[in-house]
Amino acid sequence: MKKLSPVLVLAAAAVAGSATAQEMTIVSWGGAYSNSQLRAYHEPFSEKTGVTIINDDSSAEAVAKLRAMNEAGNVTWDVVDVVAADAIRLCDEGLAMEIDADTQLAAAPDGTPASEDFGDLLVSDCFIPQIVYSTTFGYRTDLVGDTPPTDVCAVFDTATYPGKRSLEKRPINNMEWALICDGVAFEDVYDVLETEEGQNRALAKLDTIKDDVVWWSAGADTPQLLADGEVIMGSTYNGRLFSVIEEQNQPVAMLWDAQVFDLDGWIIPAGLSEERKQRALEYVYFATDTQRLADQAKYISYGPARASSAPLVGQHADLGIDMAPHMPTDPENAKRTFLYNYEFWADYRDDIDAKFQAWLAQ
Amino acid sequence: MSDTTQNGPMLAADGTTLKRSLARSLRREKTRALLLISPLLFFVFLSFIVPIVSMLFRSVENSIVQDTLPETVVALQSWDAQSGELPDEDVYAAFVRDMLVAIDEKTHTRLGSRLNYEETGMSSMFRRSGRQIKRLDPVEDAPFKDKLIEIHDGWGEVQTWAVIKTHSVQYTDGYFLNAIDMQRTVDGPAVQPENKQILIQLFWRTLQMSLIITGFCILLGYPVAWILANLPMRTANLLMILVLLPFWTSLLVRTSAWKVMLQQQGVINDVLVWLGMVDDAARLIIINNQIGTIIAMTHILLPFMILPMYSVMQTIPPTYLRAAKSLGASNWTAFWRVYFPQSVPGIGAGSILVFILAIGYYITPEIVGGTKGVFISNRIAYHISSSLNWGLAAALGTILLAAVLILYWAYDKIVGIDNVKLGG
Repeated sequence: MKKLSPVLVLAAAAVAGSATAQEMTIVSWGGAYSNSQLRAYHEPFSEKTGVTIINDDSSAEAVAKLRAMNEAGNVTWDVVDVVAADAIRLCDEGLAMEIDADTQLAAAPDGTPASEDFGDLLVSDCFIPQIVYSTTFGYRTDLVGDTPPTDVCAVFDTATYPGKRSLEKRPINNMEWALICDGVAFEDVYDVLETEEGQNRALAKLDTIKDDVVWWSAGADTPQLLADGEVIMGSTYNGRLFSVIEEQNQPVAMLWDAQVFDLDGWIIPAGLSEERKQRALEYVYFATDTQRLADQAKYISYGPARASSAPLVGQHADLGIDMAPHMPTDPENAKRTFLYNYEFWADYRDDIDAKFQAWLAQ
Repeated sequence: MSDTTQNGPMLAADGTTLKRSLARSLRREKTRALLLISPLLFFVFLSFIVPIVSMLFRSVENSIVQDTLPETVVALQSWDAQSGELPDEDVYAAFVRDMLVAIDEKTHTRLGSRLNYEETGMSSMFRRSGRQIKRLDPVEDAPFKDKLIEIHDGWGEVQTWAVIKTHSVQYTDGYFLNAIDMQRTVDGPAVQPENKQILIQLFWRTLQMSLIITGFCILLGYPVAWILANLPMRTANLLMILVLLPFWTSLLVRTSAWKVMLQQQGVINDVLVWLGMVDDAARLIIINNQIGTIIAMTHILLPFMILPMYSVMQTIPPTYLRAAKSLGASNWTAFWRVYFPQSVPGIGAGSILVFILAIGYYITPEIVGGTKGVFISNRIAYHISSSLNWGLAAALGTILLAAVLILYWAYDKIVGIDNVKLGG
């Protein structure tokens, strides 16, 4: 042991030393999405500043991990990519830093302040929006017969479209679609869902297709199930469907009807040292400016969160196809869109989830 | 030999009594042994004992309400929640003073999330009210009762204050009640509405399915272990690699492979349809349900059954079987009366290992279990990573831990823990 200890001390020192160098850890979702960030943001940022960026694909557990890090008093992440609902929770829990959009984020090239450029998408004081994505349905073009579905309610129509469907194993989005297909108007959905009767109504509607549903919990499940022919239609994130259709050339098409818009963006964890905080702020200032957000759309079909970025969206970097028609925000795709209500789900998530899981287990 | 002629106690070379010298050297020996294992003890303490104790503690700890609203909690003590009337102005004034401090420290939204587990709507109530309460002055703006009710209707409801009062205790049994589909109310513990009851059902399912999986592992593992133990060394070693190979493959890979095998357009169904044994329109559903979980988990846990069985069977001398047969026993009698009883310790060890691993499994059920094949651990994972209700997750974990300990104790009573062997 006596001989070992100096070595251990040296090793410990080396580990500690490397963390203080020009390095930052950015947490994201992994896969094609992280790759788009790597090429659009990380590489140009490293080139400009010399900071080395370490990727960590932990966004799915970001809230729990940040809470654990915060309790342990050792936050090792510098910038974290989360969905808006998680950003709101992190802000509520005091785990994310508040950002003043106008002073800490870049203005649009024409001088429009950031708060106006992002507009309504700044859903939390801690949240820096990055992309608009949607949860929508894809279907197998070869398995739906001569009348491809155009309406989201095709999901509930097992007579016309027999076969399995894949839905996410959680109440969010499914309850809304169920109510819409049970005749509730878009604007009334959350008012109805607030009541016990409304929740039962949504579950009763879902009950009609319960035996035909494969439930997914990872975003990659539906694309795989569609490719295998296990399901004839299924919900997932629009970018995943884009890659099934355009990159893997599977016989799959998008059903944009009643797509649910959601946001994804950055937060900076609370409790960073001054030096790390400055570097994180420098990164988000750079990575969320108008050009950078438009650049990301070259690699993945998610819409940039700034109004000023939309006209700059060009072609896919590798496939050379126009990206604008694949954006969830494209007018042709966004004819009927549904807005995810963050506040509603922050309140009702625990309650409805318990009911939903109890219904699933029946 | 001069020592024997001396009177008095025997002395060691340095002149101390032999007894004391021996005690000292034994003590030194013990200290040295303790020092040698101290890194391990330290490691076990830090990485095992501390997390478990802190988890146990988290399942009852509930100081957040008192810490965030200290004055309100005191003021609420004189209010009778069952009276059906709102608390008086004192409570509202205390609440505004507490909230001003909490908003400053940004802890009011955290309390909102905590109380939202008990009463839906608390989360947004605290967040929204916070923005407006911030502008109030604790002295000049009094009285507050009507002002607060104007800010949010919720402050004018008896239920809101009843929830705060009910959950203002420092240590709560609320999480444990939630864990068994009950809840804490002003009137004491009450059963959750039927459409929210799921956890007890999941506990039962976890126990049942773990038992079934353990049973299948015994049935499949016993013959394999027997063959391994009775083949010549060279062949046995080769076969052993086949048992261990899956062991060295990533759990996720093995589970995903089962998905490819079992799904309706998967390998097994394709082969059966091709052979004409199953109609194309009626492909078997053997995944995303309990069958899927049982198949995949039996496969994954099988090595944990085979290895202890094998190492016990290896020590059973083959001569015993031969002796039994030469004394007139049939093959079956020789096996059942002579061989099998000696292999029981291996079955015991394997079963405990497989059962305890199965009861805490969550990745495999999550991937192949669909809705009916998930375990209680999937719910624990949900409460740890999604709902952030760590108190409830801790309570569920504590119950699971207690269940395992009780079963272990029962096993000890029925079979005897001395009867468990991992090898020779």
